[in-house]
Amino acid sequence: MALVKNGTLVADDEWRFVAEADEIPAEGAVVVTARRWLKERDRFAGRNAPTGIKIEAGDDIKALAADIDRFGLVAVDFPKFNDGRGYSTAHLLRERYGYKGEIRAVGRVLRDSLLYMHRCGFDAFDIVDKDPLGAWRQKLGEMSVFYQPATDDRTPARELRHPRRPLARAS
Amino acid sequence: MYRYDEYDHRILAERVEQFRDQVGRRIAGDISEDEFKPLRLMNGLYLQLHAYMLRVAIPYGMLSSTQLRKLAYIARRFDKGYGHFTTRQNIQYHWIKLEQAPDILGELAEVEMHAIQTSGNCVRNTTADQFAGVAFDEIEDPRVWCEIVRQWSTFHPEFSFLPRKFKIAITGSPHDRAALCVHDIGLRMHRDAAGEIGFEVMVGGGQGRTPMLAETIRPFLPKQYLLSYLEAILRVYNQLGRRDNIHKARIKILVGAVGAAEFARLVEAEWQASRNEDLELPAAEFERIHAHFALPPYEALPAETPAFHAKRFENREFARWVRTNVSRHKQPGYAIVTVSLKPEGGVPGDASDRQMEAMADIAERFSFGEVRVTHEQNLVLAHVKEADLYELWRNLGFFDLAAANAGLITDIIACPGLDYCSLANARSIPVSQAIGRRFADPERQARIGELKIKISGCINACGHHHVGHIGILGVDKKGEEFYQITLGGSADETAALGDIVGPAFAYDRVVDAVDTIVDTYLGIRIEGERFLDTYRRVGLQPFKERLYGAR
Repeated sequence: MALVKNGTLVADDEWRFVAEADEIPAEGAVVVTARRWLKERDRFAGRNAPTGIKIEAGDDIKALAADIDRFGLVAVDFPKFNDGRGYSTAHLLRERYGYKGEIRAVGRVLRDSLLYMHRCGFDAFDIVDKDPLGAWRQKLGEMSVFYQPATDDRTPARELRHPRRPLARAS
Repeated sequence: MYRYDEYDHRILAERVEQFRDQVGRRIAGDISEDEFKPLRLMNGLYLQLHAYMLRVAIPYGMLSSTQLRKLAYIARRFDKGYGHFTTRQNIQYHWIKLEQAPDILGELAEVEMHAIQTSGNCVRNTTADQFAGVAFDEIEDPRVWCEIVRQWSTFHPEFSFLPRKFKIAITGSPHDRAALCVHDIGLRMHRDAAGEIGFEVMVGGGQGRTPMLAETIRPFLPKQYLLSYLEAILRVYNQLGRRDNIHKARIKILVGAVGAAEFARLVEAEWQASRNEDLELPAAEFERIHAHFALPPYEALPAETPAFHAKRFENREFARWVRTNVSRHKQPGYAIVTVSLKPEGGVPGDASDRQMEAMADIAERFSFGEVRVTHEQNLVLAHVKEADLYELWRNLGFFDLAAANAGLITDIIACPGLDYCSLANARSIPVSQAIGRRFADPERQARIGELKIKISGCINACGHHHVGHIGILGVDKKGEEFYQITLGGSADETAALGDIVGPAFAYDRVVDAVDTIVDTYLGIRIEGERFLDTYRRVGLQPFKERLYGAR
């Protein structure tokens, strides 16, 4: 597994994922489960280091909406390659809750999911592959036209087909 | 019909190359069968009992003569000379070699066809009324919306790993020929009190082991909001649909669990919250797609065609075929022709390469080069001049395509069954052939009238047995094929699920059982009743007594 962010390998990831039962370290950026955050959120208030959360498939993200700007990272877990709940989670984080920080795909993040994840608003990927960067480059370059608008800045075919004409200059 | 532009072409070309790379990696051993499986399924490639099966999408059942000739070529060059048209308006080839699959997809791409999303837990081929655009009672052509849904759903990044497969059907007519009620989403176009056109949105229909009829969650959705509303339904389903049990993962189970009213509320809330996301199609793009479905240049003809009527009097066989296989067209002097793929002794839905080529030629000569596939596994020529019907019928006859049985007892839907399918418990094809032979006499078929038999080889119900007037389900009893019979199912606007008539019948008894059911009906029907009408009036009891009474 290796982390790819903005198209490059990240060797020294600052975030430390803290397991449910483990003590939260005083220093450094940590990622805790959404469940723990909701239970212990007051404990994090005085902490002088960034906090991230990990959303597991099935978590209700509405409960996190009010806190969303407090997170330096949102990790979205894919328990299986074909469990697609995380795609909607990322979409909602960006479009509904206006989250601007890093959304990282973790878990069964395989090469054939990367493009769809990117289109749904993920910008960091903990990729399970022998050649994570190669997988990233191949998969993101395979398709160049897209039918539907999504949570990315690719222009869908339906708009490419009807380019806006520049306004005629008033003489 | 819709034609690809440079963007559609590029999407398809890139997809073919992607799959070629994946097949190459599989053949080289770089990826395991487990890893390869979801990739091939997303390109319609299944592993069946004897070989790979390739399911090719026919979007909402529409084919040009050029496309049909390509399907014939693929049948001849890559398969055993035939293809099988399915209840989802697709075509399947059952004898495919893995290493040739990318080449087949390349051939298909040349004629703007593909196998994308014909499998997998994603939005499948959207199906439509086969009389779309020409039905005399139609409110609006549903194909425009089908194509909009096709483009929106193709490689949708958020909805490609749903809990389970997802099927949408659309009709623009009050009479439902598209079996809306057994789809995950059924969309029926109609007018509201103000005369505006919109969709009645039905959700949660399906067959399989838990058959359910779709329930209306929105009586009227103004049509311009279709895509955002579909996204709302799919987002709710993607988040809340069950993923712990494949048999409980379809949307019908979710709708059943929370209730249609609560599901409607969830969708409405999601829809309201996402209204600002700018999903609706720009007007210029709607116009572009709409223009592709302009009707062909019909001639102005009188409403009556005397020469056609004269032929009906002269030739009884022709008259019989007209009665069953020709439907009313909205354009005076024209007719809609259903070409039966159910000849006596044939395999329902199968067509040989020669028949496909013949249909392509016939369509060019008589119907503006356009052919449609129906969910009842027949073909349709949608724009035939009444004056040409006799000549058309003669031509169809040369290729064993003139069976006069549309809607009759031998117009059977059947899945491939145990002859091909690795999921099946029992054979479907020989049962349908045996019924076809037993009821071959055209006079007898005419006397029986409208009667839809649907046969599935297992509980997955690909042969739609739950909604057959007579449904036949193959089951396995200690290694032997048995068949459970249901009565009273229907897939139209009066949709109903069939009732189990009693214990299952052995393979060699099932045709006799059907015969007994038909005989019972003929004995008790009131003048003018179809089988379904009689059944709805009298219920199971008289049929039970005749079938099991002697025991």
